[in-house]
Amino acid sequence: MTELLRRVGARTLEGLRGVGEAVLLVARILRAAPVVALRPRLLIEQLYAVGVQSMVIILVSALFIGMVLGLQGYYTLSDFGAIEAVGTMVALSLVRELGPVVTALLFAGRAGSSLTAEVGLMKATEQLSSMEMMAVDPERRILAPRFFAALLAVPLLTAVFSVIGILGGYLVTVGMIGIDGGPFWSNMQNAVTIRGDILNGVIKSVAFGFLAGWIALHKGYMAEPTSSGVSRATTLGVVHASLAVLGLDFLLTALMFE
Amino acid sequence: MTAVEQGEPLAAVRGLHFRRGGRSIFDGVDMTIRRGQVTAIMGPSGSGKTTLLRLLGGQLHPHGGTVEVMGQEVPALGRRALYRLRQQMGILFQSGALFTHLSVFENVAFPVREHTDLPEALLETLVLLKLEAVGLRGARDLMPSELSGGMARRVAMARAIALDPVLVMYDEPFAGQDPITMGVLVDLIRRLNDILGLSSVVVSHDVHETLAIADHVYLLADGALIAEGSPAELQASADPSVRQFLDARPDGPVPFHYPAPELAEDLAGRRRP
Repeated sequence: MTELLRRVGARTLEGLRGVGEAVLLVARILRAAPVVALRPRLLIEQLYAVGVQSMVIILVSALFIGMVLGLQGYYTLSDFGAIEAVGTMVALSLVRELGPVVTALLFAGRAGSSLTAEVGLMKATEQLSSMEMMAVDPERRILAPRFFAALLAVPLLTAVFSVIGILGGYLVTVGMIGIDGGPFWSNMQNAVTIRGDILNGVIKSVAFGFLAGWIALHKGYMAEPTSSGVSRATTLGVVHASLAVLGLDFLLTALMFE
Repeated sequence: MTAVEQGEPLAAVRGLHFRRGGRSIFDGVDMTIRRGQVTAIMGPSGSGKTTLLRLLGGQLHPHGGTVEVMGQEVPALGRRALYRLRQQMGILFQSGALFTHLSVFENVAFPVREHTDLPEALLETLVLLKLEAVGLRGARDLMPSELSGGMARRVAMARAIALDPVLVMYDEPFAGQDPITMGVLVDLIRRLNDILGLSSVVVSHDVHETLAIADHVYLLADGALIAEGSPAELQASADPSVRQFLDARPDGPVPFHYPAPELAEDLAGRRRP
């Protein structure tokens, strides 16, 4: 019994220490914002790596999710004679929930995992150590540009995701099933508000970008410098970021759409 | 550099204590690194040689004693002062630790780009001169994955001297190299030290290569200094620990066996239910 308590206590303390470390790390990264602003090239390179290179998976997923939403919306709404609301349903689902959440999940899997592996391998091969010994702070030079790139990329990718998803819904319902395109757009225009829906979606996507970048970089930076350590950190990075995004989404939804 | 300046202490460790995970790595070690000299730190694997370099570079903090480099107490320095000090130090990691996403040229240019605002033309001249010094000017466009182990270390050397440091530290520069490459590296360390007026610390367990270029040698074992002196003095030593290391004897004061009960006792014990 005491052994069990001791183990639970030790695990809890270890977990808390990990959280504390992660918070301190992100505080130091945020303080490095001016460094990133002064060297925009570093940020642009990372925006390309985490943002532009994630476009294919975002575009394809958004198209299919929009198409499925259109199809399911049509089936359900047609039972109630409300198929003209399908555009509204597709747009609200995407802008409020699916856009930010699915983009963040895909981002954690596509870009987050590569950030964790990259930073973890740099640590394992002493590249971060050698940078420190060259009097270059790896937190500023390596972590900060990657973090701010994630913070910017997720909202931008979310916007792309929502637009392509809506087009996917349009393609299925108007293009293939043949419902009237007029009500599809006009009902959407009436129902979706800038402040209530789009702004809240943007806030969510920024929060998710923060989480995804933070967790991915923290896992890589704290990874045990061995091949198994880096692989474990990469897996944990994706799992933790995905769970954190889903949990925070519930919290934000409860606060935003009372 | 005058003779007096040459012998002046550049870095010193006094009464150094360092533990890792309950195991004592250093237990009261004293050492002096002198200007203009190649100082070798030798000892069996696990004797804390690399740890000592990290202590000198301020990446680790000692649990006792002092670590002084260029008149500054390293563990007491704030981040800014430590980084200023590090700009005067170059280190060659065992793996080379080249940035895998940058070409040979960009690897050497990295510290220069980070710490200076040199115009591109001047930067290119500087980097090419550093690469010329290690004989790899022709490899400037190669990526680290295209280099042999010896070439990677030479590029890392060029990077370590890119900012004209005062002190260069080499961590196991000869480990895992073929005889020709070893010869090249031995020659380079000595030549760079003398031509550029550097002070070098070479951490190694390759006896012949290291003794061939060192001015002063420290021999570490079991957390303590077991011998020091010029290579000739060490070669003449009759101390069994020194002899075991220099003559590469498998057993001696450093035992072949990890501590264990007697074999017969151990085997008999295993048969017991």
